[in-house]
Amino acid sequence: MSDVNFWEYLGTRHQQLLTDAFQHASAVFQCMVVATVLGVLIGVVTYRSEWAGNLATTTTSTILTIPSLAMIGLLIPIVGLGVPPTVIALTLYGLLPIVRNAIVGLRGVDATLVDAATGIGMSRPMRLVRIELPLAWPPILTGIRVSTQMLMGIAAIAAYASGPGLGNEIFRGLASLGSRNALNQVLAGTLGIIVLALLFDAAYVLIGRLTIPRGIRA
Amino acid sequence: MPESSTSGASIELENLTKRYPGSPSPAVDNVNMEIQAGEIVIFVGPSGCGKSTTLKMINRLIEPTGGRIRIGGEDVTGIDPVKLRRKVGYAIQSAGLFPHMTVAQNIALVPKMVGWPKRRIKSRVEELLDLVGLDPGEFHGRYPRQLSGGQQQRVGVARALAADPPVLLMDEPFGAVDPITRDHLQDELIRLQHELHKTIVFVTHDFDEAIKLGDRIAVLRERSHIAQFDTPEAILTNPADDFVSGFVGAGAALKRLNLTRVRDVEIQDYPTVTIDDPLQEFFNKLRSSGTNEILLLDKRRRPYKWLRRGDLMRAKGSLARAGTLVHDTVTRDATLRDALEAVLTDNAGRVAVTGRRGEYDGVVDMETLMNSVHELLEADRLEAMEHQHELEEARATQTHAEQEGDGGEKKA
Ligand SMILES: Nc1ncnc2c1ncn2[C@@H]1O[C@H](COP(=O)(O)OP(=O)(O)OP(=O)(O)O)[C@@H](O)[C@H]1O
Ligand SMILES: [Mg+2]
Repeated sequence: MSDVNFWEYLGTRHQQLLTDAFQHASAVFQCMVVATVLGVLIGVVTYRSEWAGNLATTTTSTILTIPSLAMIGLLIPIVGLGVPPTVIALTLYGLLPIVRNAIVGLRGVDATLVDAATGIGMSRPMRLVRIELPLAWPPILTGIRVSTQMLMGIAAIAAYASGPGLGNEIFRGLASLGSRNALNQVLAGTLGIIVLALLFDAAYVLIGRLTIPRGIRA
Repeated sequence: MPESSTSGASIELENLTKRYPGSPSPAVDNVNMEIQAGEIVIFVGPSGCGKSTTLKMINRLIEPTGGRIRIGGEDVTGIDPVKLRRKVGYAIQSAGLFPHMTVAQNIALVPKMVGWPKRRIKSRVEELLDLVGLDPGEFHGRYPRQLSGGQQQRVGVARALAADPPVLLMDEPFGAVDPITRDHLQDELIRLQHELHKTIVFVTHDFDEAIKLGDRIAVLRERSHIAQFDTPEAILTNPADDFVSGFVGAGAALKRLNLTRVRDVEIQDYPTVTIDDPLQEFFNKLRSSGTNEILLLDKRRRPYKWLRRGDLMRAKGSLARAGTLVHDTVTRDATLRDALEAVLTDNAGRVAVTGRRGEYDGVVDMETLMNSVHELLEADRLEAMEHQHELEEARATQTHAEQEGDGGEKKA
């Protein structure tokens, strides 16, 4: 057991912890925005063609098989330390669930509705914006949610590349195992990530309520 | 409907052909057809014969690989398909309503796209809901999943009519609803068309539906070849070949009954008394009419009871207890088939005909029906023979002209 009580530790270090947590959340949030825009865009461009859609899904899932530590390690020589490798890695990892769900969602829109939309005189962009994307939105939002959960964990690794976030806390603890505060540090970082993940998830439930049209809400 | 409502435009298909890539024979092969402004033309034919493909080429939802389409005389084969489709109403099976939009939003789509002002769209939506028999206040804000199949279908028709297009294309619009609802929707379409005079092209599998709705029916065989294109009467009484008679199916004479309405046959006048008349009136009427039955009407002159001479005796002079209740009536718009059904189930073989508000209008009985049907069939037969005669003559003159034309060309 650690010498210092965990609650005492939190009391003395809460300033630092809050800063780390904020930076963690902010990095995940920003990368999620970029990943969402890119992911939906890739989905929109590729869903219509069998091979392009499959290529997009395969490529993004290949990225996901690369261990995140290795990915960041590979990025450091190219883009240096700190924020850049973190942002790039998080965005790339965030893409897969979004791309896959966007493609599945867009392909899953009832063909008769697409036929009806075209038949009453919608142009292709209009059909995409007014019919296909709104109907594919629930699965896309699920993809975004899954991505966010995943990035919460992966973002912790960013500390390895001197990135921002709660990972610093964990790494510091791991580096000084056996010291007075080591376990408290790891525990605080981990719990912080879990709390953040829960907060984000609650936000997504709210976003779902606000953005999924009432007519197709489950 | 406002007086400004656009009525139909003619449609001409000229050598219309569709060849899907990778398929050896065309799905639609050289179709030629002239559809007049304001008529309902029905495409019927076996599954896969190319009905939908032909229909969807009219709004270029499927691009033809050959031939032309003219709507209202204008060649639309080369114009912007998106613009074309906004001028052609389109209704499909199971309505195709967008589930994330309310009823009002679904209907407003096309008027919005063609740039109607907000206020006009709003009143148009109410007007259309009313037109298709849905209460605007109640249905306006509902989502499609909160509607029954029949109600969805009505909204589908309203959406197709929204920007008041001259032409309406309908691909098995009533294919996915139960028979009773389908019957209602068909009646409603007939009523609508009575007011709107659109040009409607309607695809169905169901020959009875074709007979009921069509001004003319195109019976199609594989590759959309036209087996016969004629009025329902002509197709029923004089099918062009075995393929068509196979499609017409058994019971052509019975189906013929669907084409004639009660208003077209002789309705008999029947002695009546109203419930407020003094009893003496009842006996006077009986005596003067020479029948032994009389129809008792309620205060609003709706048929109420059949009263026989003896009934009143048995009920000890009380009109309230005497006689048998009228359990079935038909309107003047009912088909003879409906009337026959009612007459057959009535134990005395007659049915009262009523007007708009249910008021008494007359009576039809078995004998009237039999006579009318015989007359109808006879008239059809004569007409068909005449028609055939004309065709043969036309063909003869054509051959003649061709032979002479050949000679002329050689000389030139
Ligand atoms: N996209 C397509 N690609 C290739 N062939 C097609 C395509 N759509 C239809 N066909 C073929 O064209 C033919 C006509 O199809 P169509 O849908 O017009 O038939 P239909 O008369 O409407 O049939 P149903 O009554 O079953 O709706 C069929 O043989 C069908 O297999
Ligand atoms: Mg079809």
